[in-house]
Amino acid sequence: MKRVFIPNRGEIALRIVQACRDLQLECVVGASEPDRDGLAARQADRVVVLGPGPAGQSYLRDDIVVQAALGTGCDAIHPGYGFLSESTRLAERAREHGLVFVGPPTEAMALAGDKLAARAEAQRAGVPVLPGGKVTSVEEARELAARIGYPVLVKAAGGGGGRGIKRIRDEGELTALIGLARSEAAAAFADDRVYVERLIESARHVEVQIAGDRNGAVVHLGERDCTVQRRYQKVIEEAPAPALAEPTRRRLREAAVALARQIGYQNLGTAEFVIDADSDSDEFFFLEVNCRIQVEHPVTEAVTGRDLVALQLRIADGSPLGFAQDDVALAGHAVECRLNAEDVTRGFMPTPGTLSLFSVPERPGLRTDTGLQPGAVVPPFYDSLLAKLIAHGDDREHAIDILLDALEDVDVEGVETNRAVLIGVLGHPDFRAAAVTTDWLERAIR
Amino acid sequence: MALSHDDVREILRIIDESELDELSIETEGFSLHVRKGGGVARAEPPQSVRSAAATRADREPPPGSPPPQADDGLIAIPSPMLGTFYRAESPGATPFVEVGAEVEPDTIVCIIEVMKMMNSVPAGVSGTVTEVCGENGQLVEYGEPLFRVRQP
Repeated sequence: MKRVFIPNRGEIALRIVQACRDLQLECVVGASEPDRDGLAARQADRVVVLGPGPAGQSYLRDDIVVQAALGTGCDAIHPGYGFLSESTRLAERAREHGLVFVGPPTEAMALAGDKLAARAEAQRAGVPVLPGGKVTSVEEARELAARIGYPVLVKAAGGGGGRGIKRIRDEGELTALIGLARSEAAAAFADDRVYVERLIESARHVEVQIAGDRNGAVVHLGERDCTVQRRYQKVIEEAPAPALAEPTRRRLREAAVALARQIGYQNLGTAEFVIDADSDSDEFFFLEVNCRIQVEHPVTEAVTGRDLVALQLRIADGSPLGFAQDDVALAGHAVECRLNAEDVTRGFMPTPGTLSLFSVPERPGLRTDTGLQPGAVVPPFYDSLLAKLIAHGDDREHAIDILLDALEDVDVEGVETNRAVLIGVLGHPDFRAAAVTTDWLERAIR
Repeated sequence: MALSHDDVREILRIIDESELDELSIETEGFSLHVRKGGGVARAEPPQSVRSAAATRADREPPPGSPPPQADDGLIAIPSPMLGTFYRAESPGATPFVEVGAEVEPDTIVCIIEVMKMMNSVPAGVSGTVTEVCGENGQLVEYGEPLFRVRQP
């Protein structure tokens, strides 16, 4: 591997450029027209414009991405997160043309993308899944939901990442919504299969970082807690997971490794779980596998001291992991928050615009990942992430304090941000006590 | 009826997914001829052309998109998509246009290939071609000037 194509934008494109630099790999950023002057594009060896602003005409065109990678002399594609990062079409097309796709084998991607198939593999690996299953008719759904007990979730098999989920309170709602769920799933994911699962009302979201190489070695790199969410979108993440009984932590990590082995997983991935906060024993259930670098990877990097993007590139290039499970040591505690361009007073509506002022302080223990500089335009086409602030402290309190202190000095003008919400959460006694659940933030805002 | 690039792309997609090997479409002021399968002479540039193009592209980063109307009365025809630029229907064939050619908005001026999909590019403007900016067989970016045209 000599030259890596990066069809992505913002902080993650810049992050991959930096990892390439560290590994002495050349890199080419494939940007949309409004992103051609972004930080990642400027720091790369070259930038090519994939297409106009709308992602459907640029970042989501797997044909153009592969053509651009070939035409610029690249021999690998690192897709980042979002866009085509979990596209088996891109992975297949890249590999057909002799390009290394930085990600797991296509079969593992296909399996992880099919939430029902992943569920079945988890069961085979002895990993607990939520009571539920596939439903093809209203009658079947009613029968299954009655057995599980309401409330339930109806999920799209082709969904994931918080998309394609409906919360159902009773049989009336189920009858009314199951058809809609199927047609929405068909429209959004070209797959009308849906399944019903028990809804854990007091849930914590914990995910385990895994990595595997082509020799079959699999390790975990600890877990992250991403319980503070709004509409299934993560807001604050931390590592390791707080307030988790040690036996549960151990079983979670073992479950993730067992699942990775079961599906022959290679490269970096994440196994997501939901923990029932009401159960005395922190009962946990498998949710899904994510086949990409995740937004929240820096908290794991902070506590493990390992460069996960470089690890992805090295594994994709055929190198062995180079370390064993016993070599993975966790130090301190890390907390990340996502500073978004959104108007909290108007339903968290994204607020594109020009950053007349954009200043994030430097602090010992603070890392900031951003693709933006003062004067940059936040275009209306993409997600609203402005920056990730990651604090690494001796312990959880310390990390939270670093982050709070930094957030107080964050200065953004030109667009509205969620800074006040982040400060509110980090200073809240419930968050400080790690006594939050996935619905906590939305209740707290109200 | 004028076909947009998206229409062409859609047609190519449909053909690619169909059993058809060859298709000709002609509407007013527009004709499209597509062949697929192993015998697509114009689809495959020789490998040497492609790698030479890549090397050259590496040395010279392509220029930015020019303003639509330059001061000298010239207007650029920008590439409607990223892909490989071909001046003629097939290797060795006469280029669609040369310097001095008169073009109308629907005159086909080149082909942009994306993953073996041939996309015919209309001029989009009227005038006289004064410069061919794109290099045959080379990667062009979205928005990169392909030709310059002096408008009447």
